[in-house]
Amino acid sequence: MGQSIWNSMQQKGYSRRDFLQFCAAAATVAGFGQTGVAQVVSAFEKKDKPAVVWLHFQECTCCSESFIRASHPIVLDVLLDVLNLNYTETLMAASGFQAEKCLTDTIANNKGKYIVLVEGAVPTKDDGVYCMIGGKTAESILQTVAKDAAAIVAWGSCASNGCVQAAKPNPTGATPIYKLVDKPVINVPGCPPIADVMMGVVTHLLVLGQLPALDSQGRPKEFYGRRVHDTCYRRPNYDAGLFVESFDDENARKGYCLYKMGCRGPVTYNACSVIKWNEGTSYPIQSGHGCIGCSEEGFWDNGPFYQHLASFPGFGIESTADTIGTVVGVATLAGVAAHAVVTNIRKHQVIAEVHAEDLKES
Amino acid sequence: MPMSTPNIVAGSGSRDVQPVEYRRIYVWELPVRAYHWINAITLVALCVTGYLIGAPIRAFYAAEAYQQYWFGWVRFIHFLAAFIYVFNFLARLYWGFVGNKYSHWNAFFPLKKSQRQEIVDVIKADVLETKLHGPISTGHNALAGMIYFFTFLAFVAQTITGFALYSSMSNSWLPRMFTWIVPLLGGDSGVRFWHHTFLWFFVTFVIVHVYLAFYHDYIEGRGTVSSIIGGWKFEREKSDD
Repeated sequence: MGQSIWNSMQQKGYSRRDFLQFCAAAATVAGFGQTGVAQVVSAFEKKDKPAVVWLHFQECTCCSESFIRASHPIVLDVLLDVLNLNYTETLMAASGFQAEKCLTDTIANNKGKYIVLVEGAVPTKDDGVYCMIGGKTAESILQTVAKDAAAIVAWGSCASNGCVQAAKPNPTGATPIYKLVDKPVINVPGCPPIADVMMGVVTHLLVLGQLPALDSQGRPKEFYGRRVHDTCYRRPNYDAGLFVESFDDENARKGYCLYKMGCRGPVTYNACSVIKWNEGTSYPIQSGHGCIGCSEEGFWDNGPFYQHLASFPGFGIESTADTIGTVVGVATLAGVAAHAVVTNIRKHQVIAEVHAEDLKES
Repeated sequence: MPMSTPNIVAGSGSRDVQPVEYRRIYVWELPVRAYHWINAITLVALCVTGYLIGAPIRAFYAAEAYQQYWFGWVRFIHFLAAFIYVFNFLARLYWGFVGNKYSHWNAFFPLKKSQRQEIVDVIKADVLETKLHGPISTGHNALAGMIYFFTFLAFVAQTITGFALYSSMSNSWLPRMFTWIVPLLGGDSGVRFWHHTFLWFFVTFVIVHVYLAFYHDYIEGRGTVSSIIGGWKFEREKSDD
């Protein structure tokens, strides 16, 4: 502590050139552009390395797995050197009481200055017994840690919107972080989020010391401002009306749009088709599979994944709004036809009645 | 001017009976008729293109993507029709305050006792077919007016969800006014689901509406169908409006 990133890198034997390259990469990832590089250099030279607490609750650790695959080569150093990652259950060497002491010390020594990264949802049902660490419930740990935090980042869909734990019927009462703390939370949804997006958010916090611009759902606009669909390289096929109709047809081989295969690209806000995964290698649609919308709230309940339209609640998994609408429409047509037939059968009576009334009135 | 209609004669063949007096009433003013037909055309366009957006028909020949824009046109027509539809609807709302009594806003709410009585009468005429004659309002009957109010609610729902979905492709202030609905419905996926579900309300409405227009033309016998083209209906001289 009390040491800047530049000092730390010098001790590791990195040259000034390496440092500047790292700063340029960080500026790019955080979306600052050319002019922001100087700002990044200045921040990394002068500011103390921030203390970071990485909490794990109801999750599968896919966010951590994603994060350590960030494509810049120095990412492991970011983890170990650039950040003072003082507490993380997955990676820390300490265990038991020592580990708990790391957490309490970090909070005590960095009041109001440390960054909290939360992975996983928090169960709230039955007094939170479904996720306990060191005899304490997830919620009580979160409240203790969040109280003096400078910033809170919710990693992944679990922490941002509940993900699979919160899928119906949500037996543990899994709750996203922003509903439990009264501070602004940066939601970085995705199952997992893209490694470089996570890096970008952390870099933004480090460099500017403030939250990035967030949208109405608390997501950084720079990464979640556009739909996967709008930046998808298969988009021209969509506009042309060239669709894959089955995963083994000729159109799939030609790389047509996966819209009819249930692709959630048109309703999913993420940077997959721009930043891509695994050092920019590919992303699901490029690999021939539709987007499942993993960064959208309730994506587990909006299924089936291979069906374009969600099933209609209460009518079984195969019934879409179209199925029910067609039944209602046909029933209405049948009703109208029956009415017309009845009216026609009774028309002599109707005409006689009307004429009788005319006679009476005239 | 009262106009005698000698062709409407009580009883077939009895020409010596006095003819029933009918008079012409200008019911649907030009803005109301224009609203109706613009609404009808755009609504059908919206339903057809909307259904196609949900269940697209693939392009008719397999070529390179840049050579055609079939699905793009379907979506373009949908968006264009939607804008016309919304402004047309707003114009109708305005006319509900400045138009004649038949187009006035209070025709759409059964606030008066006579309107509620008429709802019962119209159900007897339309559904039960037990009361096939007798006075029915010259403008919207009270039940129709109330149903139209529900369609207005559906218009509003489609407008909000539609613009919210459109906002991700637009920087215009109009669609951006409706982005607040997205988190409430659990993301774009939920918004699209409800936008799609409401489509079927309109399909059902159109079927019933067109049929009942024909049916009332038949049982009322005073130009219900032609009134939305020319604006005139007929009313018996002696009936109390």
